[in-house]
Amino acid sequence: MVAGSRPTSCRNYRCWIERLNHITESKTLKFALEKTTEDMEQQIIRETFHLVSKRDENVCNFLEGGLLIGGSDNKLIYRHYATLYFVFCVDSSESELGILDLIQVFVETLDKCFENVCELDLIFHVDKVHNILAEMVMGGMVLETNMNEIITQVDAQNKMEKSEAGIAGAPARAVSAVKNMNLPEIPRNINIGDISIKVPNLPSFK
Amino acid sequence: MALKMVKGSIDRIFDKNLQDLVRGVRSHREDEAKYISSCIDEIKQELKQDNIAVKANAVCKLTYLQMLGYDISWAAFNIVEVMSSSKFTYKRIGYLAASQCFHDGTDVIMLTTNQIRKDLSSPNQYDTGVALTGLSCFVTPDLARDLANDIMTLMSHTKPYIRKKAVLIMYKVFLKYPESLRPAFPRLKEKLDDPDPGVQSAAVNVICELARRNPRNYLSLAPLFFKLMTSSTNNWVLIKIIKLFGALTPLEPRLGKKLIEPLTNLIHSTSAMSLLYECVNTVIAVLISLSSGMPNHSASIQLCVQKLRILIEDSDQNLKYLGLLAMSKILKTHPKSVQSHKDLVLQCLDDKDESIRLRALDLLYGMVSKKNLMEIVKKLMVHVDKAEGTTYRDELLTKIIDICSQSNYQYITNFEWYISILVELTRLEGTRHGHLIASQMLDVAVRVKAIRGFAVVQMATLLDNTTLLAGSGQHKSICEVLYAAAWICGEFSEHLEDPVHTLEAMLRPKVATLPGHIQAIYIQNAAKLFAAVLNGQQGTPDCQTMQESSQLLIDRLPLFVQSADLEVQERASCILQLVKFIQKLQHKEVEVGEEVTALFAGELNPVAPKAQKKVPVPDGLDLDAWINEPPSESESEDEKPVAVFAEEELRHARPHHTEVDEKELARRREARKQEQANNPFYIKASPTSQKGYQDSTGVEHIPVVQIDLSVPLKVPGMSTSDKYLKLEEERRQRERKERGKKEKKKKKKREKRSGMGRRHDSGPESEEDIAPAHMVDIVTEEMPENALSSDDDEKDPNDPYRALDVDLDKLGTGNPQRPLADSEKLPVRAHRPTNILKSPADDGEVQEVPKEPKKKSKKEKRDKEEERKKSKEEKQRRKHHHEARKGPEGGPPTGEPIQSSYNAELEPALPTAAPVEASDPDFWLSSTLLSSKSQETTEATPGPIPEKAADVGPGSEPENTKSSKHKKKKQKKDKEKEEKKRKKQHGHSGDREGEESVQNGTLEEEPLPPMSNYSLLAENSYVKMVCDIQGNLQNGSQVVVSIIFENKSTSFLKSMEFNVLDSLNSKLQRPEGSGPHDGLTVPFQLPPGVSNEARFIFSVQSIVMPQRLKGTLTFIVKADDSSTHEKLDFKLHFTCSSYLITTPCYSDTFAKLLESADLKGTSVRLQEVSLPFHHLLAKICFHHHFSVVERIDSCASLYSRSIQGHHVCLLVKYAHQTVTIDAKCDESSLLGNVLEEIKKTFSQS
Repeated sequence: MVAGSRPTSCRNYRCWIERLNHITESKTLKFALEKTTEDMEQQIIRETFHLVSKRDENVCNFLEGGLLIGGSDNKLIYRHYATLYFVFCVDSSESELGILDLIQVFVETLDKCFENVCELDLIFHVDKVHNILAEMVMGGMVLETNMNEIITQVDAQNKMEKSEAGIAGAPARAVSAVKNMNLPEIPRNINIGDISIKVPNLPSFK
Repeated sequence: MALKMVKGSIDRIFDKNLQDLVRGVRSHREDEAKYISSCIDEIKQELKQDNIAVKANAVCKLTYLQMLGYDISWAAFNIVEVMSSSKFTYKRIGYLAASQCFHDGTDVIMLTTNQIRKDLSSPNQYDTGVALTGLSCFVTPDLARDLANDIMTLMSHTKPYIRKKAVLIMYKVFLKYPESLRPAFPRLKEKLDDPDPGVQSAAVNVICELARRNPRNYLSLAPLFFKLMTSSTNNWVLIKIIKLFGALTPLEPRLGKKLIEPLTNLIHSTSAMSLLYECVNTVIAVLISLSSGMPNHSASIQLCVQKLRILIEDSDQNLKYLGLLAMSKILKTHPKSVQSHKDLVLQCLDDKDESIRLRALDLLYGMVSKKNLMEIVKKLMVHVDKAEGTTYRDELLTKIIDICSQSNYQYITNFEWYISILVELTRLEGTRHGHLIASQMLDVAVRVKAIRGFAVVQMATLLDNTTLLAGSGQHKSICEVLYAAAWICGEFSEHLEDPVHTLEAMLRPKVATLPGHIQAIYIQNAAKLFAAVLNGQQGTPDCQTMQESSQLLIDRLPLFVQSADLEVQERASCILQLVKFIQKLQHKEVEVGEEVTALFAGELNPVAPKAQKKVPVPDGLDLDAWINEPPSESESEDEKPVAVFAEEELRHARPHHTEVDEKELARRREARKQEQANNPFYIKASPTSQKGYQDSTGVEHIPVVQIDLSVPLKVPGMSTSDKYLKLEEERRQRERKERGKKEKKKKKKREKRSGMGRRHDSGPESEEDIAPAHMVDIVTEEMPENALSSDDDEKDPNDPYRALDVDLDKLGTGNPQRPLADSEKLPVRAHRPTNILKSPADDGEVQEVPKEPKKKSKKEKRDKEEERKKSKEEKQRRKHHHEARKGPEGGPPTGEPIQSSYNAELEPALPTAAPVEASDPDFWLSSTLLSSKSQETTEATPGPIPEKAADVGPGSEPENTKSSKHKKKKQKKDKEKEEKKRKKQHGHSGDREGEESVQNGTLEEEPLPPMSNYSLLAENSYVKMVCDIQGNLQNGSQVVVSIIFENKSTSFLKSMEFNVLDSLNSKLQRPEGSGPHDGLTVPFQLPPGVSNEARFIFSVQSIVMPQRLKGTLTFIVKADDSSTHEKLDFKLHFTCSSYLITTPCYSDTFAKLLESADLKGTSVRLQEVSLPFHHLLAKICFHHHFSVVERIDSCASLYSRSIQGHHVCLLVKYAHQTVTIDAKCDESSLLGNVLEEIKKTFSQS
């Protein structure tokens, strides 16, 4: 069971965290049974980030999280792409290598959906990232692993959203386009944040 | 109105959207909090507007803020508003926000029930999908109860997208509302056969998750999963199933045997590392469950270890990590095979990756032996010095202690070395495990008598050493060591060289900075030391030392009398007064030494930590009744410390004795001595029993062996552990020499003595046997004779998964215990859990109704029984507790090991728990591998055996037929000799397995003929092919052909290529890019005598006619010197039966089906069939993939469905060796062909 998955990214020692999934699996995280306070979540994220970020490039992608993530049954599994960390917290019912592949699928899907995903995409479109993740992981359990299927569903939903917005949505879109255009910050950042996602071949896994 | 709309939409343009917010937060890094609070104000304004778009935008922003860690629960109601918008765009935003911030305590969730229900039944699949996704995050028990029924319905939605989400969310529903598990389970099980792979995988996911928590209830699904495992190609599903099997095998060893072969094949054939790894893992689990007496599995272990070694040697750190992880599992049962890879493990210890080092550490635990313990620990000590980061260092520390102390210090040959190691470990700064070291010190000092002298010297040095004291402020934990040190010095003060000096060290003013409980120990033990000093000086004319030390105490103690800690204060003042009194006596020159010593007289004996708890209360003993007279105060005081003693582990509790007021203590000691003297079971500490081995049976503690003084005992000052390594080496060499000499002597002796029975000297010569320098008082095994095992009931009562521990085997049609009708509704909102049982009546299924009360009462009974059991247990537990409290401190002094009585206790409990569940897989497991399908055929009915399934039709009593008698007998047998039967079956299935690899269709035996669908395809001198043809469950136009290739020759077969000439109707599915006439490579090679299975998929257009396809297998035969190209022609026969899929059908649905006019009927008559009816049915079910719907006497209705959805219904009647089959189907040519095939089956036999 995937307990919570939050890709995190970091720049300038300031932790930028897009937390993608609420700590949905209440059983693996003890405190989630009671009210999970925002503070607690933040603490988990901080600590996770602390753990993950200090790891070298060539070490294994598994971390025994300790008490914070709910005991010895749980593991942190992460992948690191340029400035982004994708961290999943899973319990022993998931295959470790399987989850690594799942992260790969997730990133590839993001890449397809955003057309060359970069860090800023994820930061500015948290909601979309959430929606994509919702097609893959549901309530802490892996829902779909087939990338094409995921993309089909995400696209269909986006199409629906567009058709609903219709003409009324047009001015809003125009304004936001203008807003984006006027800001010099964007292009600069893209250079920094642009990640070249290497897509290693994993022929073994479907 | 219109104007307002327009205005709203224009306003919206200039509202901040999510992107603006993100941008704003990023540009206000310095004053983020301020910026966000202004944003929240804006959002609050937006939420007040009527325009839903504005609200949605606000909620969207809130979701983002929530992710940054701001509380947004105040907006919960607005979120609900947005959720209920009719537009998908807003709905999605609402549900996302809800999934982020709603939890069990959010009260507005109550308002959402109807909205969610509406969304679930929305015609738009994405509305439903979004609702399901949201619900999966915030489902509460109430929501689960109210919506369970709706979700159940969605499980059979037409869209696979919805189906898979509905299936997956059921797990959440089960968790929150366990009562829904039973009614929903049959449908969930159906979904395992769903045509959509996503839905199937979701169902597997949910069942695996359920089974992981309560595997026993899902054992009966093993055949189904086994089939899935051998037919699925989806790696995700495979991994899940294989993981599930890993959880099931410990419960059913026979399952393991069945699994080994396919798993081994998978290991050989798969290229997916993840799958390989899981296979290895499960094989390990299997091997663990089989660990006893299966010599021929050493190959499997070898295979696993080999594969793991490859993983560990891989440059990919992930694989390395996992390899080590799996290795540690093998270690537990097969340490030998892992030990050979010690080099690898030690190498991993130097890895730069901490996770890997930790895993390697785990492995080390099992690698140690008496020989290499010192080396390994030395290596670890080096790591301790090098380690940066306290977590890893602490881990190292605990591992060192674990390794050394495992199984009663089994591997420690020299305890002086161990004490030195412990002392060295105290030098670690900032460790959290001070109390661990302390408890080890105490344990060793108490239990290893011979080491006390050395330990005391070391501890005195520790006390003298001020570094620990100095650091006590920051490093709270490490000063715990001083607690142990002070206690050891005090308790065993007779070994001290300079007690006065140590006394001085213990009363330094700095001690006052230590935590209270340690100070208390200091003071108490200072008193003990003082007593020792007095006693030591007794009789010497010079009494100056005595007076000096009294003065010292009188000078220093007032500091502690002022302590803020109550315990310290009390003890200090008490002892101060005592010493003052003694001083007075000293001035009068009265000899007080003995009296003072008497305060602390008596010896501590180690007792097993659980010994007290496990003494059962004898019959007729009421522990609550007063034995003598109403309580006096001193007695109630008395009880308190003893209760502490019983509850905590003894090791920690031991020092607590000294906390009691010392007079009281002395009084109790006296009492205890009295009691021991009167207790016939207590072995008195007579001088003889201390010295040598006495052959009395009830030896309380194994007497300490006199140390062979090859190691000089006296080590000056702080010793380092390294020298022990050298000493050990030397000692070993010396011993080897001596042994060499002895051996010669012994040989002679033995020759003389041969035939005189036991050889006493054979022991010491075993390879690992190194005579330990000290012996441990082995006490953990020491238990009273008839003690009970109390470990089993230590389950956590709060475990949320316990509620899901539901027996699911009794689900299904036709069973007399059947609790639920298939169409039974889950409780809708108004229903309470207790009402569930009534609902079948609503269905109007009259025949079901009378069974309900029966079932209910049964359930009630069971509940009651459980309750009774529980209360009993509790009583017992309470009793134990009392016993423990009252029992004498010295512990029940019987030396009998407890194990035997454990088993005796547990044995009778087994059959009551097991029988029903066990019976299912029983059949499957003991029957042949391939007939698992016949189990399949009847899966809808509860019985595993066809005839049993037939029996339980509503009209018939089980006693009617032979088979049931047979079964009854079997059951009786079961009860009579469970144990025996098990063993027998082991052997039995083992025999069968041998035959499995061969074709076993010919094997006929009276009660149930083993059947196989594998038929001979072709054979020559090199290779034999048997095949099974099955419709694909997931795809209506696919047929899966499983072919077992068996190498009959003595040479190696490789490059096998399988090719079939396609017909218009049927085509072999080839990988993309290959031509229509290309062959398929068989994905394995065959060493001599080996068989393996491969699957080929054919696409079929029409299924109404049987077909024959011509094919060729080409292969290279590789002999020692030459290789030749060979080929084998064959004809694949697709019968119409192979297009049928065993599908369960309920009798009501079956009746409706027959009534409908779409089915065309025909009938056939078979003459002179001499088989018993149940055989006949089993045969039809098995070979032609039917399932029995109902059976009455010698008449039965059967059902099956083709892969393209044709219904086939049969009515089979049997009279006077004539079978009449009336059949109906919506495709008459298909039916004709199936009947033809059935006819053929019986004409053959």
